[in-house]
Amino acid sequence: MKVVVFCKSVPDTETRVRLKDNRLDKSEIKYILNPYDEFAVEEAVRMKEAGKVDEVVAVSMGPERAREALRSALAIGADRAILIKDDALDGSDTYVTAKVLVKALEKDGVEYGMLLFGQQAIDGDTWHVPGQVAEMLGLPQAGSIIKLEVDPDAGKAVANRLVEGGEEVHEMALPCVVTCRKGLNEPRYPSLPNIMKAKRKPVQDYSLADLGLSPEEVGRAGSFTEVLSYSLPPKKEAGRKVEGEPEEVVQELVKFLKDEIKVL
Amino acid sequence: MRFEFTEEQRMVRDMVRRLADEELKPRAAEMDKKGEIFPEIYQQLAELGLFGVYVPEEYGGAGMDVVSYATVVEELSRGCASTGILVSAHTSLVVDPILHYGTEEQKQKFLMPLAKGEKIAAHAMTEPGAGTDVVSIATTAKRDGDHYILNGTKHFITNGKEASIYLVFAMTDKEKRHKGMSAFIVEKDAPGFSIGKLEHKLGIRASSTAELIFENCRIPAENLLGEEGQGFYIAMHCYDGGRIGVAAQAVGIAQAAYEEAVEFAKTRVQFGQPIANFQAIQFKLADMATMIEAARLLYLKAAWLKQEGKPYYQLSAMAKLFASDVAMRVTREAIQVHGGYGFTEEYPVERHYRDAKITEIYEGTSEAQRLTIARNLLKG
Amino acid sequence: MSVWVIADQRKGTLRKPALETLSEGRRLADQLGTSMEAVIAGHNVEGLCNEIASYGAEKVYLIDHEILANYNPPAYARAVGDLIKDKQPQIVLMGGTMTGRDLMPRIAARVGAGLAPDCIKLEIVDGKLKAIRPAIAGKVRVEIGYKSDIQMAILRPNVFERLEPDTSKTANIEKVPFEPSDLDTKQRLVEFVSKETGRPELTEAEIIVSGGRGMKAPENFALVEELADLLGAAVGASRAAVDAGWRPQSDQVGQTGKTVSPNLYIAVGISGAIQHLAGMSSSKFIVAINKDPDAPIFNVADFGVVGDLFKVVPLLTEEIKKIKAQEG
Ligand SMILES: Cc1cc2nc3c(=O)[nH]c(=O)nc-3n(C[C@H](O)[C@H](O)[C@H](O)COP(=O)(O)OP(=O)(O)OC[C@H]3O[C@@H](n4cnc5c(N)ncnc54)[C@H](O)[C@@H]3O)c2cc1C
Ligand SMILES: Cc1cc2nc3c(=O)[nH]c(=O)nc-3n(C[C@H](O)[C@H](O)[C@H](O)COP(=O)(O)OP(=O)(O)OC[C@H]3O[C@@H](n4cnc5c(N)ncnc54)[C@H](O)[C@@H]3O)c2cc1C
Ligand SMILES: Cc1cc2nc3c(=O)[nH]c(=O)nc-3n(C[C@H](O)[C@H](O)[C@H](O)COP(=O)(O)OP(=O)(O)OC[C@H]3O[C@@H](n4cnc5c(N)ncnc54)[C@H](O)[C@@H]3O)c2cc1C
Repeated sequence: MKVVVFCKSVPDTETRVRLKDNRLDKSEIKYILNPYDEFAVEEAVRMKEAGKVDEVVAVSMGPERAREALRSALAIGADRAILIKDDALDGSDTYVTAKVLVKALEKDGVEYGMLLFGQQAIDGDTWHVPGQVAEMLGLPQAGSIIKLEVDPDAGKAVANRLVEGGEEVHEMALPCVVTCRKGLNEPRYPSLPNIMKAKRKPVQDYSLADLGLSPEEVGRAGSFTEVLSYSLPPKKEAGRKVEGEPEEVVQELVKFLKDEIKVL
Repeated sequence: MRFEFTEEQRMVRDMVRRLADEELKPRAAEMDKKGEIFPEIYQQLAELGLFGVYVPEEYGGAGMDVVSYATVVEELSRGCASTGILVSAHTSLVVDPILHYGTEEQKQKFLMPLAKGEKIAAHAMTEPGAGTDVVSIATTAKRDGDHYILNGTKHFITNGKEASIYLVFAMTDKEKRHKGMSAFIVEKDAPGFSIGKLEHKLGIRASSTAELIFENCRIPAENLLGEEGQGFYIAMHCYDGGRIGVAAQAVGIAQAAYEEAVEFAKTRVQFGQPIANFQAIQFKLADMATMIEAARLLYLKAAWLKQEGKPYYQLSAMAKLFASDVAMRVTREAIQVHGGYGFTEEYPVERHYRDAKITEIYEGTSEAQRLTIARNLLKG
Repeated sequence: MSVWVIADQRKGTLRKPALETLSEGRRLADQLGTSMEAVIAGHNVEGLCNEIASYGAEKVYLIDHEILANYNPPAYARAVGDLIKDKQPQIVLMGGTMTGRDLMPRIAARVGAGLAPDCIKLEIVDGKLKAIRPAIAGKVRVEIGYKSDIQMAILRPNVFERLEPDTSKTANIEKVPFEPSDLDTKQRLVEFVSKETGRPELTEAEIIVSGGRGMKAPENFALVEELADLLGAAVGASRAAVDAGWRPQSDQVGQTGKTVSPNLYIAVGISGAIQHLAGMSSSKFIVAINKDPDAPIFNVADFGVVGDLFKVVPLLTEEIKKIKAQEG
């Protein structure tokens, strides 16, 4: 069985966000492989090591720097990679992103048994793309999983979704889509020999034309949503301090908890 | 001129930085207290290929370059200085000379397991009576058929406790002075070899520093590294490269202390504001950052020269001299920024301060570096 | 051109975010001068239609089938998505439960509509939806505009105000037939493993209640524990409490303990030393209970109660119990 892992290049979690002309100032951002995607790559590589999978393909849509994210996936143990890169893709919403990823799968022709995603990309943070891909391909899906058992011979997978108050255990026919999160595994550090090997693993570049898509179908032009503006979150208001009879102060505290910050 | 890491170098740095943050930093204080580097750390370093960074793949290494290696030492040292010197002493002082001077058989037998991290190496030159003046070592090696017999005592040997392969320097011909020194590969189980006392130290306490005793220690003649009489040159080769490692270690220690100082200055409030608002504190931080950057560039240049096969010993001596001084100054100022907190064991800067000192001493004291640099300047 | 809400139910009960979403849906519909309609999918869930109506839905589409008894992403997406394609509402909303965040992208892909997740505010501008949401781990806030005729959004739980239900309201219930397809059988929820017991892990908890030296004795931590359990919170401690042996080391919050950033941090009898603050000052909201009005913890608290914890905490616990009891 072959599996595909979707990898996004995202700003490092430590990055301080700055705005310039109402847009993100990307000049000083350091980019990394989306941490949630590391769980996905790790899971795929473990399946390969367990003899259940014979090829792990990493796919990314993004600018040139996405190649580094793919390189990281290859260093963890993916076998080859696909980079979809085209200036026209800038500004694509999640629907377009999913559409392009599906096209790349078709173009490559890989006969996948499973598509693995991160639960979310830590920048766009929508959690959309995996479900959109699953629907476009008509596949079953288990999101936010913390346990996965795959039986390629029987053509099925059992996955535990972490949800409010417990775990939903889903049984799915292959091929299927899963999205990975913390708790599923501990991603390994890429070893030096594997970093060197990653350099020699093939990365296939696709342009829009390669995928048979036109610029009007993607990017801002082809999207259903657009980011109109950015702003920094409002600063915290100064706190308040109440003194008095315990009964009274507790009433005020309860009001604060219930009505203002809504934790009750 | 391109001041940029290659993609692989960057990946290595990022990986080791993360390893240091997640695995070393949280344990460094405990390892310092217990006086050992935990076995799982050795295991992990080995699995990641950090014991043979620039050893070619055919000898079990990662096949990378000297710049990657030096960066690995800096990043490890940022998390735990003892772990930094573990890798540096292993690589620069034993792996490198075997790679350079070893026979094919020696490479297969010794380099392979060392590069893979299956075995740890130690370098044994210093003796109670011979420190900076290495030519005065008293350990002797006498040929006996197809064996050598070693007699003498070494001390202050890094990795002495954990190693199973030792590179030992001994006089094969005392009369010939430095031309009478030879280098031998000694395995831990060699008859007549034993480990003596372990030092209690000011800093790098997790790193073992051992006494080694050779009492009619018999080793096969094929364990001679290079030729008889080549030992002094091999040793100098070791230290030229080792200084890059120690310089990188010093920068790692300084970087760690600096980061702590910045964090503390931003959170510590006095006179109603973070102390980072005070110019006296700001200037300290600015000086630290500048010194660290300069020291880093020096060791990176030395590493690059070595990688390119160009003369680098002058640069590596400068890098070590400067970086060790920077480590001392930065760690001292980092404690100052912390005030009384920095003086307690609860904050890591106290450990960084203790760890920094050794970088001015081993692999040639700062005085010895100045001698080397000056001799070089004035020659010819 | 109505506003739709997909009403999320689990085991035959409407989920709280669904009620908030219905309330917001009503507000938007009023603003647009259109109707608010709801969709509910499940099995034997007809009984929920009245409750949905009480939040202002004028019409409820009921899709009832045994395949929909448990959450099944392909089946739910097909059932609801095809209905949306057929009826063409302008706006489709769902609450951001783990089901909502999983299902809505599938529906949006099926329908071919723009979707914004994790919204904290919704507006109507020039007759179209505009969504406001945080992104990049809360470091920025963005406004999302739509170009599609159908505009979809997922609402962050606990943010939108829930209306008082009006049980006199009724809705027109339309049963929508559901034809099973091959795809539905490719996925099945086989088990729900309940994990309601035990407290959450400190670093993952939404709410943390921490006690300090002010607790005076280990047995008094029962006060903190009771409050924590009521709130589904984790229990933390200052170093003073840990050093005294009242709490395990693993509970320590601060410089040399754990760094936490819950939604709400309640510090009880903790002075707020810099080392403690280092571990919790990034919490979204901080409540402090301390008898010393000059305790530094009040400098970082959003809400500070100056008072004796042995009086304040039991009262607080009582009040919260009352509220929980009302909610049922
Ligand atoms: C601040 C901000 C807000 C945005 N808000 C919205 C919005 O509300 N609605 C909307 O439709 N779009 C939005 N976008 C656009 C959206 O981020 C992009 O379409 C992006 O390509 C995919 O969405 P995501 O980053 O949220 O990924 P998610 O859907 O959160 O990612 C989940 C997983 O999908 C895979 N994946 C995602 N992107 C890629 C990729 N490019 N290549 C390979 N695998 C990938 C990865 O496995 C990832 O872990 C926003 C963008 C920004 C910067
Ligand atoms: C923790 C630790 C780990 C070590 N690890 C190893 C190891 O793995 N392998 C190994 O072989 N050795 C090791 N050493 C030994 C180390 O290299 C020596 O300590 C160092 O070379 C100095 O030698 P010494 O201590 O005998 O000092 P000395 O040589 O006695 O020097 C004392 C002082 O005199 C100064 N001095 C000496 N000669 C001159 C001169 N000509 N001009 C001006 N000043 C001079 C020195 O700079 C120093 O300030 C280690 C030492 C320590 C403390
Ligand atoms: C190097 C170092 C590292 C440290 N790391 C940490 C760390 O990780 N975490 C940490 O927490 N601390 C740490 N500390 C300790 C820190 O400095 C404080 O000593 C500690 O946080 C104090 O704990 P406390 O607030 O519980 O106790 P105290 O400072 O004694 O405060 C107790 C508070 O309880 C209030 N109180 C007493 N009785 C009542 C009552 N009946 N009702 C209401 N209020 C009452 C008092 O007014 C007082 O404010 C560290 C210290 C050092 C030096």
